[in-house]
Amino acid sequence: MNNVHETSKSQQFGLLPRLNRRQRTLLVILLAVALLFSVLSGALLISNDRLATNLEWRNAAPSLEHLFGTDWLGRDMFTRTLKGLALSVGVGMIAAGCSALIALVLGLSAATMGEAVDRIISWLIDLFLSVPHLVILILISFAMGGGIKGIIVGIAFTHWPSLARVIRAEVMQLRSAEYIQISRRLGKSRWWIARKHILPHFIPQLLVGLLLLFPHAILHEAAVTFIGMGLSPHQPAIGIILSESMRYLSSGMWWLAFFPGVSLLIVVRTFDSIGENLRMLIEPHHSHH
Amino acid sequence: MNRLKGEFSKSLLTFLVMKGIRMVSLLFAICLVSFILVKSSPIDPIQAYVGADMMRVSPEQRENIAEYWGLDKPAIEQFFHWGSAVAGGDLGTSMIFRQPVADIIHERFFSSLALMSTAWVLSGIFGFAMGVVAAMKKDTWVDQFIKWYCYTLASTPTFWMGLLLLMIFAVWLGWFPVGMGVPVGVIAEDVTIGDRVLHLILPALTLSIIGVANIALHTRQKLIDVLASDYVLFAKARGERGFILFWRHGLRNIALPAVTLQFASFSELFGGAILAEQVFSYPGLGEATVEAGLRGDVPLLLGLVLFSALFVFAGNLIADLIYRVIDPRMKGAKSV
Repeated sequence: MNNVHETSKSQQFGLLPRLNRRQRTLLVILLAVALLFSVLSGALLISNDRLATNLEWRNAAPSLEHLFGTDWLGRDMFTRTLKGLALSVGVGMIAAGCSALIALVLGLSAATMGEAVDRIISWLIDLFLSVPHLVILILISFAMGGGIKGIIVGIAFTHWPSLARVIRAEVMQLRSAEYIQISRRLGKSRWWIARKHILPHFIPQLLVGLLLLFPHAILHEAAVTFIGMGLSPHQPAIGIILSESMRYLSSGMWWLAFFPGVSLLIVVRTFDSIGENLRMLIEPHHSHH
Repeated sequence: MNRLKGEFSKSLLTFLVMKGIRMVSLLFAICLVSFILVKSSPIDPIQAYVGADMMRVSPEQRENIAEYWGLDKPAIEQFFHWGSAVAGGDLGTSMIFRQPVADIIHERFFSSLALMSTAWVLSGIFGFAMGVVAAMKKDTWVDQFIKWYCYTLASTPTFWMGLLLLMIFAVWLGWFPVGMGVPVGVIAEDVTIGDRVLHLILPALTLSIIGVANIALHTRQKLIDVLASDYVLFAKARGERGFILFWRHGLRNIALPAVTLQFASFSELFGGAILAEQVFSYPGLGEATVEAGLRGDVPLLLGLVLFSALFVFAGNLIADLIYRVIDPRMKGAKSV
């Protein structure tokens, strides 16, 4: 109801007239896929020549030759940004996937394995929410001695609670639904009910949850790398580029920090809006969020 | 009436006791888990203590240092030794600052508190105002713009926003010093309040700009729900419009959830402060956390993990209490 109301209104004022949420979401997904594809293929295809030290082009401001300018070693910032984005997206995907897996296992256990397990898992969720994420990330990174592994483990362990709660609530609600009770009385096996009734409802939730975890994972990866606890300085991560740029800001080289940050923002924002739109589409009663 | 009041305070007491038990169990788990984590780290604590002079330390000196810090004992024994000291209020001595951890946290907490509370108040007020405007002007360009702005901010890396502000205000306009919580080369006692405030503005601004997104979107949603209710429809039928309508029927309904949300967001606030302090070299808790992590200062890192947990817990407890004590609808309700 709210969904219909909102879209009909926004048709008059929105930037994209005569498109409903479904169509807008499709459009954004297409754009995002194109963006992701061009970032990944760009990072793979562009040769490392442009990353070589080139003293003729040191500290150049953005130009047609070097879209994002060059750094103090004459490396092309556009190439560095593309490679950094590809790395961030990769790390973010793996970390979000691991986190979703943890959320799936714990959420399902909480909903199906009885009161005691449910209590333990809700206590676990409290435990992980009781320390700021970034502090846990620093702690785990320290425990693993830094590097990609530390970041992935850290993000996987910090991001699951919200999704685990959603999964638990969803499964609990499904279990008590009337048609499942009836199906059970009709003598269907638990496995049959899980496969035919619960799974179809549940997969979209999980996928959207995963999609919403992904931008946060990227942001946290960049943050941990930025403060120096994450990826090593030899890897072309966005966090590394930005933390290096701090040393050159006072000399007015704004492009070192501006373009990599904007690129990261665009990638994160795109995936976040896809996730939000899909969430509203699959949950009509929450559509007014 | 009196009986009702007595029952209420009794339920509040049970609530507080339950919260306390949960808190103690969580704190114990945090101690245990973080101790296991730092002990499993491949970073050598002795090297962290000695620093660059590592090459000049003989094996005997190494053993002496290990003995001094108790690093030669089994991990379980170390844990109980550390745990009982923490329970008695002694967090140990920082390896890099060579000062008691409690003193460092105490000192830096006040710098961080200045930063975080400024950002907290500013983001609360502006976020709330933006949410109210967006909801009152729902579906107009103002609303579209505020929504777009908030979603974009939610995707913005905090440290990058800090870098942008640093470039604009410190490098281009030259209004603020580039970095450092206090001027370089000035003794701590000579730093004036003016200096401190000057160095506080940019990090606080960074945190405030990022912080408005959550509260604005939340307030907008709450107010839209309120405006869709029957009593607002009735008020409109009586001829109430605009600000009067909001003042009489909206504000009271949405103020409490907004304040509660702000208290419950201490965790994000602390995380944001770590990044902002890092960008602006602001000497607060966040910077100490990063230093402790980077240089392997185990006692300081553990102390800060515990402190941040207490900080977040305090925020959540206040949020819960506001609901139970102030919200008139919760009075006389059974404890959950």
